[in-house]
Amino acid sequence: MGKFKVFLVCVGFILTAAVAQAAAPIKIGALFAVSGPAAFLGEPEKNTLEMLVKEINAKGGIKGALIEVVIYDTGGDATKAVQLANRLIKDDKVVAIVGPSTTGETMAVKPVTEKEKIPLISCAAGIKITEPVNPWTFKTPANDQIAGEKILNHAGKLGQKKLALLTVSDGFGSSGREQLKVLAAKKGFTIVADETFGPKDTDMTAQLTKIRGAGADAIICWGTNPWPAVVTRNVKQLGITTPLYMSHGVASKKYIELSGVEAAEGVMLPAGKLAVFDKLKVTDPQAKLLAEYDAAYRKTFGVESSTFGGYAYDGLLLIADAIKKNGATPEQIRNGIEQSSNLVGISGVFNMSATDHNGLDLTAFEMVKIVKGDWALAQ
Amino acid sequence: MNLTDQLTQYILSGLSTGAIYALIGLGFAIIYNSTGIINFAQGEFVMFGGMLGVYFFHKQGLALPIAFLLAVVVTALCGVIFERFAIRPLRRPTPMNMVIITIGGSIFLRGVAMIAWGKDTHVLPTFSGDEPISFAGATLLPQHLWIFAITILLIIGTKLFFSHTISGKAMSACAVNRRAAGLVGIDVRRMIMFSFILSSAIGAMAGIIIAPLTMTSYDVGVMLGLKGFCAAIIGGMSSGLPTVIGGLLLGVLESLGAGFSSGYKDAVAFVILLLILFFRPQGLFSRGSSERV
Repeated sequence: MGKFKVFLVCVGFILTAAVAQAAAPIKIGALFAVSGPAAFLGEPEKNTLEMLVKEINAKGGIKGALIEVVIYDTGGDATKAVQLANRLIKDDKVVAIVGPSTTGETMAVKPVTEKEKIPLISCAAGIKITEPVNPWTFKTPANDQIAGEKILNHAGKLGQKKLALLTVSDGFGSSGREQLKVLAAKKGFTIVADETFGPKDTDMTAQLTKIRGAGADAIICWGTNPWPAVVTRNVKQLGITTPLYMSHGVASKKYIELSGVEAAEGVMLPAGKLAVFDKLKVTDPQAKLLAEYDAAYRKTFGVESSTFGGYAYDGLLLIADAIKKNGATPEQIRNGIEQSSNLVGISGVFNMSATDHNGLDLTAFEMVKIVKGDWALAQ
Repeated sequence: MNLTDQLTQYILSGLSTGAIYALIGLGFAIIYNSTGIINFAQGEFVMFGGMLGVYFFHKQGLALPIAFLLAVVVTALCGVIFERFAIRPLRRPTPMNMVIITIGGSIFLRGVAMIAWGKDTHVLPTFSGDEPISFAGATLLPQHLWIFAITILLIIGTKLFFSHTISGKAMSACAVNRRAAGLVGIDVRRMIMFSFILSSAIGAMAGIIIAPLTMTSYDVGVMLGLKGFCAAIIGGMSSGLPTVIGGLLLGVLESLGAGFSSGYKDAVAFVILLLILFFRPQGLFSRGSSERV
């Protein structure tokens, strides 16, 4: 009997210890498009967030408090994202939200989180998210504009003056198209062809034939996987030798696989540094973190890490950093994120301010060229 | 590059996409003619063909011809199962029931593919190299020739099947009058199942031969299905040459549309579809009232 009592006491202790530790977990919400057409974004984001939370908690949490994430799948649907955001705020009582994965969903969720005063750290790239700046809304991916500027700077350096645009007619493509046109005009390029293709198109030879007739110095294709791969194949098929630029939206090995090594040869694009982490200079501030993230991701999920997962990583990183600095109420987290400076993340080095809720600049991207099925830094 | 060369390229590109639409359209027409059902899951059979091809080739490491055959056989099997469990159990099917069931079936098949093979896009290697072939100022890939060849073979094959074999004739009989066909001793149910086998196999082949060019993923079936449906409508739901011409016409118009104003590529297909449904619901080539009333 004595032994049993001791056992009971022990169990009691363990239980209270567990309860004590779980007493004040910091609840963070996440909305990702884990299924549906944007699943290629949502899946690595969810994986990354779960992995990072486990890692933070294994190290004892943030200032002794464990983190608990509630992740919901929006299916890429804006209406659903809004419902789930409400659920996160009202039922789960989260102090901050990471996500959603796409610009459309973010624009739908934004009014809700702003009204409820919950910091939203979006994983979507659309410039509308943080311009104009709202105190409660942030985003981790660099603006598409930065990627466009990176391409045009490169083209300018190579003396390419006449550009042909080939953009996908979805949100990403049309906003890229607008920005490229504005930037090109500002930097003195002429646009000789401006073609679009539908997000489900399987053959772009017609558009490319027209572009070929326009006599451009370079073609800029703006879209996300997998369609730019079809463009790349069609360019090869038509025997077009004009240099081809892709957007950062295809910066994954999948693009090379889908295009075929031969067709992808020589294609240039601005890529997040994660894609080329092993080719960066050792002095690069992000080099170490990128290598660690990639190794951890590979070990946990058996596939290589993607830039998209990095967006979620940075989201939680910003929140954790803010909690460390200020505290864990939504207000404190918001202030903390806005004060982030020189915070080394996956997408870049963040320097937030009251007027910049993205905090990234041209250094977030590296111009890369595809050589023999692998990335190489472009000269 | 001058305008004629551009035009040749548009037409060649259009013909090669059109050939695919034609194959998918044939699948629609075959089932429609033996059952009166418009099978909106036809696009999913195309997707299944492509995805199974990828699965057998990449995951199982089989040779491409074997992967091709297996993918077709397995898709045909799926067609049988689909007919058995989704179509046949309905006692007195109304067209509305049937449309909803096939749409439901297509969503189900898409879901199965997503769970089984994930959401990634996949690609098959081309059957014989990637070196472009120049033709009258335009370029083609060897794969396009495969597409043309297989399409032509399949069309001839179905033609022969329908006019020269007992089963084919029996299926045509079901198309003309199901009741009468039943009365002369044709097993109508078997013919219906047969039509599903045939059209899912043709769909699967279409899916595999385009996978090297257009890539494939769990959700490619929707758009391809609609385009194929459009081809079949232009052809007046005939399971022969008119549907094929409908597909080719659609492909060429789309390609020309994209060449002149790329934003309207898909609009071209659907405007044609609507116009034909409004003004010539019997198809472009049929001579008015058909014998099915």
